[in-house]
Parts: sequence; structure tokens; C-alpha cells
Amino acid sequence: MNIVNILEEIEKVDGEIYERLSPRRAAMKDFFNMGKKISLAALPLALGSMFQKAYGQTNPTSVNEVLNFALSLEYLEYHFYNHAVVAAPGLIPTGAPLTAITTIRDHEKAHVDLLVGALGANARTPLAYTDFDFTAGGTFGDVYTNYSTFLKVATAFEDTGVRAYKGQAPILKGMPVLTTALQIHSVEARHASHLRQMTAANLGVGLKPWISLGPNGISNDTGVAAADAVYAGENNTLQAGVEITGIGGVSGVTKAAAAESFDEFLTGAAVKTIANLFIVPGKRLT
Amino acid sequence: MENLNEQNVLEEEKGIFDAKLERRSFLQFAGASAAALALVAAGCRKDRTPSPMASGVTLDFKDDTGVLNYAYALEQLEAAFYIQVASNPPAGFTATQKAYFQDVQFHEIAHREFFKKALGASAIASLEVNFSAIDFTSATSVLGAAKTFEDLGVAAYNGAGVRLNNAANLVIAGQIVSVEARHAAWVRDQISPGSFADLASLSAFGSVNANGLDGALTPDKVLGLAAPYIKTKINVINL
Repeated sequence: MNIVNILEEIEKVDGEIYERLSPRRAAMKDFFNMGKKISLAALPLALGSMFQKAYGQTNPTSVNEVLNFALSLEYLEYHFYNHAVVAAPGLIPTGAPLTAITTIRDHEKAHVDLLVGALGANARTPLAYTDFDFTAGGTFGDVYTNYSTFLKVATAFEDTGVRAYKGQAPILKGMPVLTTALQIHSVEARHASHLRQMTAANLGVGLKPWISLGPNGISNDTGVAAADAVYAGENNTLQAGVEITGIGGVSGVTKAAAAESFDEFLTGAAVKTIANLFIVPGKRLT
Repeated sequence: MENLNEQNVLEEEKGIFDAKLERRSFLQFAGASAAALALVAAGCRKDRTPSPMASGVTLDFKDDTGVLNYAYALEQLEAAFYIQVASNPPAGFTATQKAYFQDVQFHEIAHREFFKKALGASAIASLEVNFSAIDFTSATSVLGAAKTFEDLGVAAYNGAGVRLNNAANLVIAGQIVSVEARHAAWVRDQISPGSFADLASLSAFGSVNANGLDGALTPDKVLGLAAPYIKTKINVINL
């Protein structure tokens, strides 16, 4: 339990850690005093809560806002796959690939319908296919004619979706709707796992079903530089103040294994920035 | 024989963990003056005391600690299973399957050790597992068991999230469950390509195929399904 070390490590990348944890540097004494007051066993958890306060979402968001945010992302995913299945003949090879993409399309549609139903009159204006630009302004210009490009974008979408739901979970804490959100979240993770396998097979690369380290330990393991923002921070190995690399003295938990074993969340703002690359002006998420 | 190996691996890990922590604790806190730090260091040593397996463990769901211990119990089960698979994989495994089972093994060990460390003295004891129903020489048997463990793990986290009061704990649970879902999808594809998210097949785990929802089960249901694989008696209170 090397708390001092943890804070020092964080200070290397964030010089303001002490100010974030408490407005006054001297107030770190409060932290050590807190150690005496609370159960010592609970200290790592309390520490996690401190970091959450320091680095957590700053924009307060209501439940409806979270659900509408999720709905926007589900519209994006649904239209992306649906257009590929119904309007881009020959893009996806028939057989297993087309079956898989159709399955994923159907899940995204089910999520859209579920969220629309849950939100009722509070549901956002529906998004149509024409509200999107899945080439991202030309970055992925051949997304609907080149199967490899399609798979790369699909993988990025699913990995983004997983991170997006994770980031919103605290706002739904303790509510029944949290369970529903988690049930969607893990389906997106299943999609991501499968799309990564499809991408690996198509490109003949060793992309794993789980997010690993890229070359030289970078956070993006897909080799698609345009997707860097999707994977920002995925090379993190420090969880709630606990270093995962080599944890328990197990050398097999390498830095790569440590990064793989925990997915990371993205803030709502970061997800919107990514999603807006694929949404036409006037319809973008704010 | 297999079980003995498993125990040895667990013991060995524990030994390394103890040694490293004590040295670390010393280096870390030797120069510190605050009495609180000394107390923390003492706490570290205390939580390494091995607990007897025979008396059983209690999961008290009155607060987050109980939920995290529940997750710790499931991660212990998964880690023990994958350690056994990875140390002696079925002859029928492909090179990729061997490599990925190694990966999954270390993910589950990382989860287990994370909870152990985060819970400290509040952590339940090590569980004794029972894998007698699994034929570790058969790829089919191993993949089938892995599918059960992963799908069950996903349903467990999905069902337990709502019980967490601390947002940081909720985020951690979310960070782990999506990795379990990635495992589940991959294992399923090994058994039947394209079954990565066959939600209709997961209805016993609480999935709702029509709504595109994965499994979600309450802890009592999960522990009931996991019971055949766990020798240690698990008492549940305040659920």
C-alpha cells in the first residue's frame, strides 16, 4: 500500500495533484489524518473516492441527459451498420461476416428502441442516416466501399461505446436504469471483441479481442492513427491508486496484461468530440 | 494432481507478494514521521495473514465492501480456473488459443489481486475450488467451462453494479466487466463462430434478447450457479 508513491507518481504527470485533491497543499495533512479516522482497511477505497472527486466528471448531468447521450451514440452505430447492410452491396462478405454485422445492427436498433421507450416524451429528436457523415469528412473516404476501412471504423465505434457507457455509470449510481445501461455496455464490449477479431482476420494483424498496448506502449493498439482519441489513456495501469503491473508479485502481469485487464472510461465531452467527427454540422452533440 | 499444482501456484504467488510488500513497506515508510503512516504499514502486514479455508467465508452485502468481496470471490474462481488451463492447456488448443488463455489468465489474476489489495484486511479468505466436473485435457470441456465462467461473470457484475454506493467502485466494476465481456465473446466464438453476443442463449443469466440486453443476475443466483465449482462455504448476509 504505497500511497506516498502513488501521489508522487501522479505528481510527475500532474503537478497539481495535491491541489486537485484538496485546494490547499497543506491540506494533505487532512488526508493523513483521515487515515487515522477511517478504517485502515478501507483506505485504498477511500483513496479511490478522492481521485474520483479530483478527476471525475465536472459537468453535472441528469439521468435523461445521460440516456439521450446514449441514444445519440446508438443512433450513430445503428445507422452506420444499417447502411452497410442494406445500402452497400458487396461491402460485407456474405456468410459469417454479414451475419455478424447484421446481429450487431439488430442489437443497436434494439438499444435505440429501448432508450426511446424509456425516455418517452423526453427522447431527443431522432437522428437519420443523412445526419451522419461516416467518412468523417474524408478521413475514412472509402468506408462503404472498402471492407477493411469499414471494420476499422466499426471497431473504433464499439470501443468508444464501451468507454462512453462506463463514463456515465456514476450518474446512474444506485438506480434501476444503471442495470439496463450495464446490460447494454457489456453487449457493446462483446461487439468490440468480435469486431477486433474480424479486423485481425481481415488485415492479417495480431489485434486482440481486448484492448492491448500499441507499439512502444502507446494507448492505441489498432494501428489506425485517426482513432487515437478513441484509445486515449487505454495504456493506463494504475487503478484506484493500485499499480496493476506485477501486482501480487506475479511477473506475468506485464504492463500489457495490466493495461488489457482494465478498460478505461471516457468523459462525455471526449466521446462527443469523437462522435461529432461523424455527425453533420447542425446535428452535432453539444 | 492438477489441484495440487494449482495450490502450489497460489502459495508461491502469496509468498512473493508478502516478501515484496514488507520490503516495500519498510522502504516506503522508514523515513516518514506521521504516525498514521506507520499504522497503514501495520495494516498492510495484518491483511497478509493467511486465513483458514475450512470455516467458510461471509459476504456481507450491507455495503460496498461486501460487493467488492463478492467480486473478489468470483475473480478467485476465474483465476484458479485459468491458471490450471494455462499451465497445461488441452492438446486440441491452437497456438492462438493457448496464447489468449495465457492473456485471460493474467487478466483474472490482475483482477483478483486488485480486489485483494483494495480490500486489505476486509478481504475474505482464499477460496478452495472444485473443478472435478471439468476435463482439463479436453478443449471442448475447457471452452465450455470458460464460457460459463465468463457469461456468469458478466451477469454478476451487471447485476451487482446497482448495489455499489461509491462512484469510484462503480467505475472500477465497469472497467472490469467489459473485459470479462470481451473474454466471453472471444470464448463463445471459439466454440461457435458468430455466437459472441447470442443473447437468446443467455436468458438463464437474465438477458433480454428483444432489447439487446446482456445478462444480469442478483448475487444469490450467481452464487447458486457458481456453487458446484467452489468448495469453501460462502455465507451471504444482508442481501
